[in-house]
Amino acid sequence: MLSDQNWLLSVGTFLPLVGVVLMFFVPKHDEVTAKGIAVITAAATLVIGIVTLINFDYDQSEKLQFFVDHKWIDVISSRYIVGLDGLSLPLYILSMIITLLVMLYSWNHVPSPGNPKAFYILMLVLQVGMAGTFIAQDLILFFVFFELVLLPMYFMIGVWGGENRQYASLKFFLYTMFGSALMLVAFLALFFQTKGADSDHGFSILRLIEEGAGLSRNVQIWIFTGMFIGFAVKVPMFPFHTWLPDAHTQAPTQGSVILAAILLKLGTYGFIRIAIPILPAGAKAWAPWIGILAVIGIIYGALGCLAQTDMKRLIAFSSVAHMGYVMLGLSTLTPLGVNAAMFGMVAHGLITGMLFFVAGSVKERYHTLEIKRLSGMLKQMPKLGWILGFCAMASLGLPGLAGFWGEFPAILAAYSPADGLSVTLFRVLMVIAAVGTVLAAGYLLWLYQRTAFGEPTDEFAGHGHHDHDDGHGAHDHDASVLAHSVGAAANDDHQSDIHDVTVIEWIAWTPLLIGILVLGVYPQLMFKILDPAVQVALKAFKAP
Amino acid sequence: MWFLEHAWLIPLIPAIAFFGIIFFGKKLPKGGSEIALIAMVAALVIAGGTAKQWIDHTNAPAAEHAAEVVEGETAPAADNVLAVEEDGAVAAAAVEGAGAAVEGEGHHVEAIDHTWTWWESGALSFTIGSHIDGLAVMLLLLVTFISTLVLLYSTEYVRGDRRFTHFFASLVLFSSGMLAMVLAPDMSQLILGWEIMGLCSFMLIGHWWEETANSKAALKAFFTVRTGDIGLLVGTAMLLGIFKTLDISKINEMAAAGEFESRTVLTWAAVALFIAAIGKSGQFPLHTWLPDAMAGPTPVSSLLHSSTMVVAGVFLVARLYPVFHVGLQINLLGQHFNLIAVIGGITILIAAGLAFVQNDIKKVLAYSTVSQLGYMMMGLGVGAWVPAVFHIFTHAFFKCCLFLCAGSVSHTASHHSFDMKKDMGGLARKMPVTFGTWMVSTAALCGVPFFSGFFSKDEIIDSADHNGYKVFFIIGLIGAFMTTAYMTRATYLTFFGKARGGAAHFLGEHGDAHADVHADAHGAVHVDVHADVHGHDDHHAPAHHSKPLPFAPSDSPWQLTTPLLILGVLAVASGYLNAAPFKLHYFERWIESSIGLPFGQESVSAVPEAPTFEWIKALPSIGLVALGFVISLGLSKAVFSEKASPIKGLTQRIKPLGWAHNFLVNKYYLDHLYEKVIVRGITGPISSAAYWVNQNVLDGIVNGAGKGGRRTGELVYKYVDQGLVDGIVNGSGSTARGTGGALQPMQSGKVNQYGALLFSAAAIGALVLVIVNS
Repeated sequence: MLSDQNWLLSVGTFLPLVGVVLMFFVPKHDEVTAKGIAVITAAATLVIGIVTLINFDYDQSEKLQFFVDHKWIDVISSRYIVGLDGLSLPLYILSMIITLLVMLYSWNHVPSPGNPKAFYILMLVLQVGMAGTFIAQDLILFFVFFELVLLPMYFMIGVWGGENRQYASLKFFLYTMFGSALMLVAFLALFFQTKGADSDHGFSILRLIEEGAGLSRNVQIWIFTGMFIGFAVKVPMFPFHTWLPDAHTQAPTQGSVILAAILLKLGTYGFIRIAIPILPAGAKAWAPWIGILAVIGIIYGALGCLAQTDMKRLIAFSSVAHMGYVMLGLSTLTPLGVNAAMFGMVAHGLITGMLFFVAGSVKERYHTLEIKRLSGMLKQMPKLGWILGFCAMASLGLPGLAGFWGEFPAILAAYSPADGLSVTLFRVLMVIAAVGTVLAAGYLLWLYQRTAFGEPTDEFAGHGHHDHDDGHGAHDHDASVLAHSVGAAANDDHQSDIHDVTVIEWIAWTPLLIGILVLGVYPQLMFKILDPAVQVALKAFKAP
Repeated sequence: MWFLEHAWLIPLIPAIAFFGIIFFGKKLPKGGSEIALIAMVAALVIAGGTAKQWIDHTNAPAAEHAAEVVEGETAPAADNVLAVEEDGAVAAAAVEGAGAAVEGEGHHVEAIDHTWTWWESGALSFTIGSHIDGLAVMLLLLVTFISTLVLLYSTEYVRGDRRFTHFFASLVLFSSGMLAMVLAPDMSQLILGWEIMGLCSFMLIGHWWEETANSKAALKAFFTVRTGDIGLLVGTAMLLGIFKTLDISKINEMAAAGEFESRTVLTWAAVALFIAAIGKSGQFPLHTWLPDAMAGPTPVSSLLHSSTMVVAGVFLVARLYPVFHVGLQINLLGQHFNLIAVIGGITILIAAGLAFVQNDIKKVLAYSTVSQLGYMMMGLGVGAWVPAVFHIFTHAFFKCCLFLCAGSVSHTASHHSFDMKKDMGGLARKMPVTFGTWMVSTAALCGVPFFSGFFSKDEIIDSADHNGYKVFFIIGLIGAFMTTAYMTRATYLTFFGKARGGAAHFLGEHGDAHADVHADAHGAVHVDVHADVHGHDDHHAPAHHSKPLPFAPSDSPWQLTTPLLILGVLAVASGYLNAAPFKLHYFERWIESSIGLPFGQESVSAVPEAPTFEWIKALPSIGLVALGFVISLGLSKAVFSEKASPIKGLTQRIKPLGWAHNFLVNKYYLDHLYEKVIVRGITGPISSAAYWVNQNVLDGIVNGAGKGGRRTGELVYKYVDQGLVDGIVNGSGSTARGTGGALQPMQSGKVNQYGALLFSAAAIGALVLVIVNS
């Protein structure tokens, strides 16, 4: 209740629905109008987001701001409680940015079988679910938003996906549904255990944080287990990750980007917003196991990457490894670790989202993502090659780019976990996680070496422009011009496919690229917002 | 004091220049090289100003320091972490090192910090900015100076290259990374600079990435260094755990003062950090990436091997010396071995051994660098901090010069080849500047008296003896012998004897040795005339584009020879900053406070005083250098000249010699171990196995559950729904049919019903949980 602009969050969250309603009236064949309405809606939503950003009181980022507490479902004393603090702000804004950028990208990239109207409507609905999850301060409200996200994504994969889309979408849906069911059980158990029925704020997170700590350790552990499975499937943590590579590989580019950038964060956000503050004893009991699974995920995800022959699947597996760092940070239950985790979420969203964009563009140009068929991308599309290199470097955790600030503090934090956790265990985990950074460099640079370096394979040689950045040397012209003409004669039909980054792509990507760089160069920008809120979320734990 | 307070500009300018070149370089008349040069010269000027003011600062009366020290001690708040607002730059002298508290001969000079908060978490705050002390100033000046010369050299050397602009961009970013690391007040900034250098080495070594060999070398360099970086991450985490800060001066201070809980933990932290230094500085057993890094253009090799990148590891040890000194108990009475000295010593010998069997001139120099880095490490390992750091300084000049000489030979004389046996020989006659500077630098490298290397290397060897590390004293001497021997071989092959291949062509001697097809620097075979088309070093014909210097009728163009001359002069002159035989100790006075430890024997963590120089003590090394020269010259003449000699083909005739030769040629089989066993193991069977488990076990369970669910569903549908429920429904169908129409609208409420079902099922589950727990 720090600000008068309490309407901001609700408008920011539900505004996309206005766009949806408007779009219902647009005839299906009028694609431009439909797309236009959707993009304008997303842009307006982002404007609201920016207003929120401006009005946010950064000196009190530990408090829930723009707080609204309104009657909702009396029967179960669930209320419409929304608020924004330092934990939710970055992800809330990120979801708006990503949605807008994905929509811009989709302007001329609507995947087969077309129907942009439906596609854009789904994205708008998705946006409501994502933003809502990050502002909800009531468990039922949270659950509703959390589940709302599932359906549009299910259709996105199932309708606009790749060859194996049926299987992938169903697996995605059922697997997360399974997790959600257990999560809901845990929520209800929490409700009953804390005598929620006696309170008019039965599911309010704020109330539960006060009540939860009073529960006996055993109860906490049981309830935490339910939440753990629900959130861990979403993250996804090893061994619940197997839906992810399929979903990512089959999803259209837009789906992959949103999935990687935002949806995966719903799980980790759930841990830090709900599971850890409400059930400190449960969290402490589970922390070593989460740490172990996280580190297994880091190594295992990296090994999975090394075994891949498909670029997109490789990126998907890298998410398992990266979310491993996030979970390792969370499992330390220290401010440093959780800050790292929060930073890591945003960084991973930007970087992996960007990598999926690149993968999509590669697919569009070469009609394949098979690594061994791609070579010499830097030669045919120097700019795209550079962007891929930039993202690969960011993803492997190069300091100065955002990815580093998710990994490095997490490793630092693992050396001294919160009081009561096994120091020896976490130090072993720290060393293994550090080894994971080498494997990350391995699979990313190996990917880069195989796809971007070298000469284009015969199959694609001769397309695109060879003499791209040769302002001076005339030496290799003869050879390349010759190769060009030969290749062009052989495969003229591909000629138009292989081109460098287009204007639409630049528009969609530049903000992400800038974000990666800016957050990497000046991490304090985020840590400053996160830190106070993280301290509050962890007040039940003593730092070492 | 303006420069001391604004030293943070030194890495910032090249960093900005990087973006300038990337975005606008191609549109400029000189392809961005002008931005690079201007930025680097600006950085050099600031670094020069900083050095000047630092020297003034160290020469200031001691009373002033004492006053400041007291002030620093009484006001710990002003100690180090100084948040500076954008408007007014405030700098404060911070107390650095434990030397403040200890009365010693070496007088203490406080470092000057200028920092901003870079990131923070709770009570932990990490800074970015500049930490100026002697060590930092020395390297700032060195790096900017060498970088400027290398950039100038490159404007001619890579002219016409297909990625000319990118080359300069990467080069300035590289220098920027090193400068940022050198200035680091905090470990996180150090890691930033460290990793940026890794990135740039990847970009520069793989500059001609069209060829697989080059991109593989780039990958190998990054990957090997990154392997060492595990140690950096772990070590940094341990430092944070031990000292609760990553501020380097505070860490040093506390380590020196013994303010830590457990020495064992500190030892492990030192070991972890040293692993990082091993990877970065090409120490055994992670040295294998360095020679492969020769795949990059020669100016890159020159920069990488002189003042940036590879000395980063040595710098790390020198920077955090109290951590290593206390952690590894260096100079403990009666200690004869420690990790740093042992690794350094092994590196000296194994690298020098490998330098004997190289045909590629750059690879000889690469192994020579590895070996010299071994000297620096060994020096640090035996407590000879000042000589080791001084060796960084002198080595940078002569090694840079040697690489640039090799580039000059290749650029002008040998058709871009670096193969000494196939394309060089007899060049002394026609390349006076290149030859002259090469000889001076070689003399410096070998440690010939009165050349710079003598003053630094001999001091290290002498200190090893003086501090009680006899084994390393002997290793140092053997190393000196080997260095002279392999350099004599390389010099003979390049500049003397009969000209061969490209060199013969250049000298106008169309001897029978000319080969049209020759192996290039990277082992790939090219047809000579078409070498340009592929990613070969140096992309244009050896025609003289610019007017050569008047006194160098056929030498390389001036952009190449000017840096050579400057570096050649410094290869001699730099040694006199700290020439023990002449009682010159400027260098020592300027930088010794950076050590962070007291001198003398009073404290456990003290560094021994430097030994006093005596010519008699230097005799063994001088003698061995002379011996190495004579033996190697004799052998080279016998083996490489055209005359028949009984020594020729010795490795073929005597089996054990042949085996030894093979062992060296195969680089002790370490590459086999790394690439064929470890890397192939992980990328092959291990990752495949993990993926198999993923697809068949984990996913198998999921799919199995899915299938099981569907089977159950089918069964339920078949027997329960169709058989039982439907039977009832069918039975009551007739009654329902009438009301069916009325019920139709209810269908739309189906989702609600499902929702309610799910909700109530969950509620039941929750109730079960509650009952179980209560």
